[in-house]
Amino acid sequence: MDDLYRDYILEHYRHPHNFGTMEDATASYEGANPLCGDRITLQLRVRAGVLDGVSFTGRGCAISQASASLLTDEVKGKPVDEAAKLSSSDVLDLLGIEISPARLKCALLSLDTLQHALGEGSEGATAHAATGGE
Amino acid sequence: MAVEALVTPAAGPLDPEEIRKDFPILSTLTSRGRPLVYLDSASSSQKPQAVIDAVTEFNTTYNANVHRGIYEIGERSTAAYEAARKSVARFINAPDHHEVIFTRNATEAINLVAYSWGRRNIRRGDAIVLTEMEHHANLVPWQLLVQEQDGDLEFIPITDDGVLRLEVFEVLLKLRPKLVAFTHVSNTLGTINPVVEMTRMAHEAGALVLVDGAQAVPHVPVDVQAIGCDFYAFSGHKMLAPTGSGALWARRELLEAMPPFLAGGEMIREVHLRRSEWNSIPWKFEAGTPAIAEEIGMGVAAEYLMALGMDRVQAHERALLDYALPRLQAAHPDVALYGPMDTSIRGGVIPFNIPGVHPHDVAQVLDRVGVAVRAGHHCTMPLHERLDLPATARASFNVYSTRSDVDALVDGITEVKRVFGIQA
Repeated sequence: MDDLYRDYILEHYRHPHNFGTMEDATASYEGANPLCGDRITLQLRVRAGVLDGVSFTGRGCAISQASASLLTDEVKGKPVDEAAKLSSSDVLDLLGIEISPARLKCALLSLDTLQHALGEGSEGATAHAATGGE
Repeated sequence: MAVEALVTPAAGPLDPEEIRKDFPILSTLTSRGRPLVYLDSASSSQKPQAVIDAVTEFNTTYNANVHRGIYEIGERSTAAYEAARKSVARFINAPDHHEVIFTRNATEAINLVAYSWGRRNIRRGDAIVLTEMEHHANLVPWQLLVQEQDGDLEFIPITDDGVLRLEVFEVLLKLRPKLVAFTHVSNTLGTINPVVEMTRMAHEAGALVLVDGAQAVPHVPVDVQAIGCDFYAFSGHKMLAPTGSGALWARRELLEAMPPFLAGGEMIREVHLRRSEWNSIPWKFEAGTPAIAEEIGMGVAAEYLMALGMDRVQAHERALLDYALPRLQAAHPDVALYGPMDTSIRGGVIPFNIPGVHPHDVAQVLDRVGVAVRAGHHCTMPLHERLDLPATARASFNVYSTRSDVDALVDGITEVKRVFGIQA
């Protein structure tokens, strides 16, 4: 049995969850590993401090895309401050496979992109709330 | 000396099985117990025992700085270092070994020219012509230079097969560029560029010519006098020599007119508190203690390759390409191959992609069966952009590569497809 390309990893790669775009996203961020050509655009919809919608598009290796699929599943419906606390080891646990140092960047691109999107999202959410109050 | 024992009759094809015996790493096993199938020589080549021994012999019996010690091992060290320079000079048929400057690698050699010659000679509005297939090492130093000097870069485009479009080069030369810099052999596509013709064209337009020979010296005979270029830069570690060795060859009158690049010990003749006088070439460009053991190793590597005969090395790699390309196409018609299919203008480099599988995943699964290939953009991001590819996997050969290495790659690709559920 392959210890890296497990069935569920390949399943997430071939049929990623939360893949697509949202019309009413409140924040988005494009993350990339230029060295590998991995690319992920993550969109968030924050309502009342909760990640009520999460989606992504992208292309890259199986590890980077499966990681984005698993991570978006994990944070969907979570309060923003809880999602912001996710660490590298949480994402590696989600993947559940042994990641070699050379592939860490692939595995963690989704988390890095999420953290950037949340950073923009908090401003976006404020702006959204302000206009929403009219 | 070990090298003499390596001299094989300089006729007939190379016997890679015999050659492999000189490379201890090739009989090792991977941590999964697989024989190592090393197909990443374009990144860095393996080293023959003679080179390993030369480095060890230096470190164990005569380690001393060069051009300083008035004692036996210091004199021996200096003699071996300067003998290595002569070997490297002969290897590229340089007219004078004083024109060979030891550098850490081709990158440092090109930077030397950009900083030393470039800052003196490139002025506002001056053009430098490069190509779309350059390694970042022969692109980024020129970007820095023209940003500083307010010059311009122009690029010779390629065809979809990865061949330079000389008819566009002809037009670019009307801009009267000061310098034309191009790779001899593409590290990504394997294309062997027509360096003699390109040098002649550039010279007729009044430009100087720098050739990046990093991927040429391990694979094709190089004769800087026949090429007629002005600068030729190359690394040792791709031509069987240790990492940290490399060289720049340039015409004497250019080197003598150029200011030093790095300053410090060794490169001076006289130093006063407010001024200094430079050493003569090549030492003017070798500031500080050089990589003595590594350059001695590079001399041995040059002798090793000359004993094999570079014509035979090129014939061996071409025969291997002629075996590999049809074999890959037949076994895996869905796999995309890039670069010229005419093997008379191609070195032993095979970039490829398996549809639906990212090159990193390809390389990772191949690694599991012991096959080492490179995946990524191979330091040619603009070339990948031109070909509209985010990345490629790349298999590359050297003197020790065999048909069974190619067979292992073909089987490895089958394994990649199995893991990713792709129907053959």
